[in-house]
Amino acid sequence: MKHKVSLTINGKGREDEVEARLLLVHYLRDVAGLTGTHIGCDTSQCGACTILLDGKAVKSCTLFAVQGDGHDVKTIEGMAASDGTLHPIQQAFWDEHGLQCGYCTPGFIMAAAYLLDRNPDPSDEEIRKGLEGNLCRCTGYVNIVKAVQSAAQTMGRDQARPQPAATGE
Amino acid sequence: MIPAAFEYARAGSVQEAAELLNRFGEDGKVLAGGHSLIPLMRLRLAQPSALVDINPVGELNYIVAEDGHLRVGALVRHVDIHTSDKVRKNLPILAEVAEEVGDNQVRNLGTIGGVMAHADSAGDYPTLALILDAEIVTNKRRFAAKDFFQDLFTTPLEPDEIVCEVVFPVANGPHKYVKFRRRLFDWAIVAAAAQQLNGGWRVGLTNVGPTPVRCNAVEKALSEGASPEQAAEQASEGLTPSGDIRATPDYKRHLARVLTRRAIEASS
Repeated sequence: MKHKVSLTINGKGREDEVEARLLLVHYLRDVAGLTGTHIGCDTSQCGACTILLDGKAVKSCTLFAVQGDGHDVKTIEGMAASDGTLHPIQQAFWDEHGLQCGYCTPGFIMAAAYLLDRNPDPSDEEIRKGLEGNLCRCTGYVNIVKAVQSAAQTMGRDQARPQPAATGE
Repeated sequence: MIPAAFEYARAGSVQEAAELLNRFGEDGKVLAGGHSLIPLMRLRLAQPSALVDINPVGELNYIVAEDGHLRVGALVRHVDIHTSDKVRKNLPILAEVAEEVGDNQVRNLGTIGGVMAHADSAGDYPTLALILDAEIVTNKRRFAAKDFFQDLFTTPLEPDEIVCEVVFPVANGPHKYVKFRRRLFDWAIVAAAAQQLNGGWRVGLTNVGPTPVRCNAVEKALSEGASPEQAAEQASEGLTPSGDIRATPDYKRHLARVLTRRAIEASS
């Protein structure tokens, strides 16, 4: 038996009929065609499949697509601006070489987005604790932590920058 | 890995969930946070014929402090236990333990009711429930924690019975939960809990047997004036933990003593 799901992915509404056993990660990759969300371990440990569900980081391999019904999903594809400008976290991973093979990167970026949303100015230790649910098999953690630190600074600066004054009074 | 096929129904209330479970029979299971159930289903260690999704059941999502008790609804997520002012004020050890469960992603979905119903010997909340004489309330009955955790993954829950809330006593005295593991998000290899309550100590252990363990001998020694070090020597008495890839039975008994001492000494 198929179930109707209606959800928002990266700001766009979508409706599909899915089998109850379809995992959200398989739905995102195979049905919605958003292959940026990776499957790393299939045992709920590695965090490669991390997405934001109503703004909260979750492992999309540990959720059925039917549970997404009525909810708001954000994946790595929803991070960059529509003109292709990278999100500050993506840019920071690029600048700080926060990736080696890159397989875990989408999950790390989504987990970092959740972390910075809750704690805009984290210490190194808070970053490490906040990313405890994500594994990098290349063990590139030092640069990942640097990247999140650098993204926090950029995002903090963007926040603090005064809005351009309206002209023409 | 893809779970075996199952029927799926969403419940809007406890009553509706019970009716659905009744209809699905013995192989129907409750889906709450899903962070134990779904991994087991993917490995096909569990193949329920039907899932009743209780995530929309708002009446199970509350934290209430009243009359010397802290009542936590079954659907409260670990993240909400950790960040709750009511929990931090009335039972700080529970808030601290909640932050030690899994990782951010797990804590955003996993629920206290699910941990109780799953009854994993490495679960953290069951040890607190046991040593604090908490009650597990279902849609049918109330259980003392000591009667609820019967064996590994085994509780008295009937097929159409749903954990609704956990009732803890208020305990805001010195306490500490020490969880020993290799990686931050791992299950405990062994963990020890210490909490002062009503002028005495409550001490217990996680993952040293099929169910959580209360260390009566340690509590007694402390009440008779033993030092934490002397008292903790009793922590491994009578324990017959099974070995696993992380620890032999002997090593777990060693950890039981060391962690018990640390938990008592670090209680604040």
